[in-house]
Amino acid sequence: MYYLWVFLIGGLVCMLGQVLIIYTNITSARILVTFVLIGVLLEAFGIFDPISEFAKAGINVPIIGFGASLAKGAIGAVRARGIVGAFTGGLEATAGGIAAAVLFAFIFALIFKSKTKS
Amino acid sequence: MEEKKRNEAYNNYVKAKIPKTRPWPSLFNSFLVGGIICTIGQGINDLIMLWFPNLAEQTAWGYTLVILVFIASFLTGIGVYDKIGKFAGGGSIVPITGFSNSITSPAIEFKHEGIIYGICVKMFTIAGPVIVAGIVSSIIVGLVYLFI
Repeated sequence: MYYLWVFLIGGLVCMLGQVLIIYTNITSARILVTFVLIGVLLEAFGIFDPISEFAKAGINVPIIGFGASLAKGAIGAVRARGIVGAFTGGLEATAGGIAAAVLFAFIFALIFKSKTKS
Repeated sequence: MEEKKRNEAYNNYVKAKIPKTRPWPSLFNSFLVGGIICTIGQGINDLIMLWFPNLAEQTAWGYTLVILVFIASFLTGIGVYDKIGKFAGGGSIVPITGFSNSITSPAIEFKHEGIIYGICVKMFTIAGPVIVAGIVSSIIVGLVYLFI
């Protein structure tokens, strides 16, 4: 049953991106930056976890979840290790996603050719 | 005077050429595709939890995101993700799959400029600002939490 919530909230979050595109004509880089910052803010104010509780993938799959894990990692590491944690925690928590994206992009860029020109 | 006129004509030309997205269908499409991508993510996560019940929730999410990133990167490579993107707009940009697409797509497109200056440099044209914004803001949040 929670799949319905995942679908509805995930859809709404993504639609918000489309609203931004229609009314402000912003580029995809700005959209992604905006949503990452939203995620960081939601986590910083402790709003992310209550939403994540019932929205699950609906809020974690959008890039908001990426921002939230950055902030969560930084906050957790600061509490555990002090000031150095602010620098290490964020990337530690998100390293998997970034590393995967870079690795696969590199491999597939070597394999595939650009489709737009043909 | 001549120049002013020419600029105006050019601006009108650009305005006429910019593809117009009709708001309502595109909002619905982005809702639909975004919702589906998130639902697929939930499905992958639930399957992982089912097959490996001992896994911590955080770790399972890590695997889920890596799998989503892989799928999106592959679909970008074979040219399918761009087609989804044309249909879905924001629905394909906002999920983590859009982040993956934004790295793979320029990497493939600028491959002809070489491995270093093409693939390695260009893959961060969109992801770069995202990572910078994320790192800087998360460090600020961490430092703020240090004092409260």
